[in-house]
Amino acid sequence: MQLYRAHVLVCGGTGCVSSGSKKIQEAIVDELAKQNLDKEIKVVETGCHGFCEMGPIVIVYPEGTFYCQVQVDDIAEIVSEHLVKGRIVQRLLFKAPLTEEQVPSYKDIAFYRKQHRVALRNCGHIDPEHIQEYIARDGYEGLAKALTTMTPQQVIEEMKKSGLRGRGGGGFPTGLKWEFASKSPGPKKYIICNADEGDPGAFMDRSVLEGDPHSVLEGMLIGAYAIGADEGYIYVRAEYPLAIKRLKVAIAQAEELGLLGDNILGTGFSCRLHIKEGAGAFVCGEETALMASIEGSRGMPNPRPPFPAVKGLWEKPSNINNVETYANVPVIFLHGAEKFASMGTENSKGTKVFALTGKLRNTGLAEVPMGISLREIIFDIGGGIMEDKKFKAVQIGGPSGGCIPEEHLDTPVDYDSLIALGAMMGSGGLVVMDETSCMVDVARFFLNFTQKESCGKCTPCREGTKRMLEILQKICDGNGVPEDITTLETLGAVIKNTALCGLGQTAPNPVLATLRYFRHEYEAHINDKKCPAGVCTALLEYKIVAENCKGCGACARVCPVGAITGEKKEPHEIDTSKCIKCGSCIEKCKFNAIVKG
Amino acid sequence: MCQCKCEEPKSNEALELEKVFAKYEGKKGALIPVLQAAQDIYGYLPAEVLKEISARLRIPVSKIYGVVTFYAQFHLNPRGRNIIRVCLGTACHVRGGAKIVEAVTKAVGIKDGETTEDLRYTFESVACLGACGLAPVMMVNDDTHGRLTPDKVAPLLEQYK
Repeated sequence: MQLYRAHVLVCGGTGCVSSGSKKIQEAIVDELAKQNLDKEIKVVETGCHGFCEMGPIVIVYPEGTFYCQVQVDDIAEIVSEHLVKGRIVQRLLFKAPLTEEQVPSYKDIAFYRKQHRVALRNCGHIDPEHIQEYIARDGYEGLAKALTTMTPQQVIEEMKKSGLRGRGGGGFPTGLKWEFASKSPGPKKYIICNADEGDPGAFMDRSVLEGDPHSVLEGMLIGAYAIGADEGYIYVRAEYPLAIKRLKVAIAQAEELGLLGDNILGTGFSCRLHIKEGAGAFVCGEETALMASIEGSRGMPNPRPPFPAVKGLWEKPSNINNVETYANVPVIFLHGAEKFASMGTENSKGTKVFALTGKLRNTGLAEVPMGISLREIIFDIGGGIMEDKKFKAVQIGGPSGGCIPEEHLDTPVDYDSLIALGAMMGSGGLVVMDETSCMVDVARFFLNFTQKESCGKCTPCREGTKRMLEILQKICDGNGVPEDITTLETLGAVIKNTALCGLGQTAPNPVLATLRYFRHEYEAHINDKKCPAGVCTALLEYKIVAENCKGCGACARVCPVGAITGEKKEPHEIDTSKCIKCGSCIEKCKFNAIVKG
Repeated sequence: MCQCKCEEPKSNEALELEKVFAKYEGKKGALIPVLQAAQDIYGYLPAEVLKEISARLRIPVSKIYGVVTFYAQFHLNPRGRNIIRVCLGTACHVRGGAKIVEAVTKAVGIKDGETTEDLRYTFESVACLGACGLAPVMMVNDDTHGRLTPDKVAPLLEQYK
C-alpha cells in the first residue's frame, strides 16, 4: 500500500461545494503535481465538517491544521509554505470571533470543542466514496459482531439497553420499535430508512448521507437482522443529488465486498437495499405516507393502527427509522450499549445533531450530548448573535416545533424538556432569531409552509390551517381584531387533537408557542397597529431623523416613487402617502438617518 | 398520422421511454420511477406520454394524473432550459430570501412558478435546499449559490444561456 507523509482533506459537502471547493481541490492536485509532491501527499475529498459558514474548508494532516475560506489563489502558498517547509499559513487560520486569536488546530476551535461526534463520527474525516476508509475506522465491525455473536433477540435487547430514541422527530425508543416488527409474524418484512429530510432549516441527514453513507447502511443491516427483513428501501429527497450518488456508490461497494446482498459475511443472512427517490412532498416524511409513496401512490398518510410494524409496506411488517438513528446503531454494537447509555440524560441517551442557522455567527452542524443547555449551543458553539444584536428566540423543531425565549435558554435539551416548553426536538433544526425578527411573521411563515404541504386528506389540517393562516395574514396586514387571538388558540387546539397525522397535529405549534411567549407582539399588531420588530410592511412608517440627515440626497435618488424631498445639505422628508415602504432608502443611507417603526 | 397500416417510426424519446418500460416491467411500485424517467427524457410530462404509461403499466390515467399533480417534482407543461430555485426556508427567510425572489423577478421578468416565453428560465421557490449555513441560497440547475445579495442575482443568471 502506498504511504503518504501528509493528507490534505478538502470538504466536498454541499455547503463547501457551493463556496467553490471543487476548484480548490483541482488546484491543490495540480499544484502538488507541479511540485512533484503527488507521490508523497494525498488529497482526499471528504464529507461535511459542519462548519459551513467558514467554507471552503481544507484540513492538513498529520497536524490537523484547519484552514478556512480558502481561495484558489491561496493554494500555491499552502503547498510551498506548509507542505514543503512545514510553516503554517497563519492568515488562513480560523480566528476566534471575540479575541481575534488564531486557532491552528481543528480540536481547539470553540465550534468543535463542546461537540461530541457520534452520528457524525466520520463526516469530514474519510472519503465517503471509498468503503476501505470506513472499514479502517472500525466500519462494519458492529455488524459482524451482531451477526456472528448475537441472536436477533439479543440485538433487540442491546438496542433497548442503549436507550436510543428516534432522531427524526417523534423520539420513539428504537429498540421497542424493532421488537414490535420482529414479533409480527410473516416470512417477508421490510427495513426502511427515512431520508426525506424536508424540515426547512435541517440538513444533518444530508450531511450523514454525503459524508458517511456506510454508517447508515450498516445500521439498516443490523436492524434488518434484528427484525428478520431481507429487503429494504432508502427513501431520499430528489433535491439531494449528491447524497443519492454517494449512496449508490456505497451500496455497490458493500455488495462487492459481500457486506450487502446474499449470505452476508458468510453467515447465511441476506439483505438487499434499494434507493427510492422522493418526488417533492413534505408529508412523505410521515411514515405511512412515505410507504404509500414507495408503493407508487399519492403520498398520503393512513390512520394508525395498524402500525407499520404490523402492516407496513405492501401490507408486510416494516420497520422505519431516520438516517441519524441508523447512523448511531453501529456505535452501539461496536462499544456496547452501556457506553452509549452513559451519554445524555435519564430519558434521552446519546447525542443529537443540531443544524444551527439564522442570525448566528457560526452556522453549521453541531453534535452535542443530550442535556446540554440551549445557551451553550447558541452562544458557545454558535458564537452568539451576528452583529452583536440582541437574542430574541430560538425556533426549534422546524414547522412542528416552537419558539423558545431567552428565559428558558438554560433548560437542558432533551426530548421531554422541549415538549414541556411547547417546542419539540423534531429533526433538530435550530433557527436563531434576533430583535429584528417578528414573531407573528415567523408563525405565519411556518403555517404558510405546512398549509402548502398539507396533503388535503383530513379536514382539520386542510381547512383548519388555511383559516389560521388567513387570520395571521390579517394580523400582519394591520387588520387584526382582539378576538383573533382566542380564535387562533381554539383552532390550534382542535387541529392538534383531531388531525390524522403528525404533520397536521403539530402544525399549530409555531402559532401556539409564539402566543405563549410573545403574546405582546400579537397584541401590538392588533391593538396598536405596530410591528415592534419592524418587519410587517403594512404596519411600518419610514421617517427621517432630522439631526442625523446630512442632506446628501442619496435616498431621494434611489426612491422609486419620488416620495423623498428636501434641499441639498438640509434634512430631507418622506411623504408617507407616497411611500411604498420598499426599504431602498434605508439601505442607501450612510448616516443611519432613516428609521422605520 | 398516415393512413396506411405501417407503424410510424419512433422518435428518439419514444425509444428511450421503451428502455424505461423494459427496466421496470413487472416491478412493484414502478409508477413514480417511470414518471421520473419519462420527465427526464421529455423535460415534462405531455398528456400523450401519460396515456402511454397508463397503457403499459396498466394503471388508469386518472390515478396517474392524481400522482403527478400531488408531487411538486412533476410538471404537465414545458419547462425552461435553466431552472432557478430560490430557497424560502426558515434560515433563508430570516436572512432575506424574499429580497432574492424580487431580484430574480426583476432580472428575468417572470414570477414564482412561471417560465419565460423563450424557455430560457423557469423560476420557482422551494422550502429548503439544505444549505442553510449559506443563507440566502438559490440553485440554478444543479449549482448551489450561497451568501447571495440582491445585486449578485442578475449577473449570475446571465451566465445561464
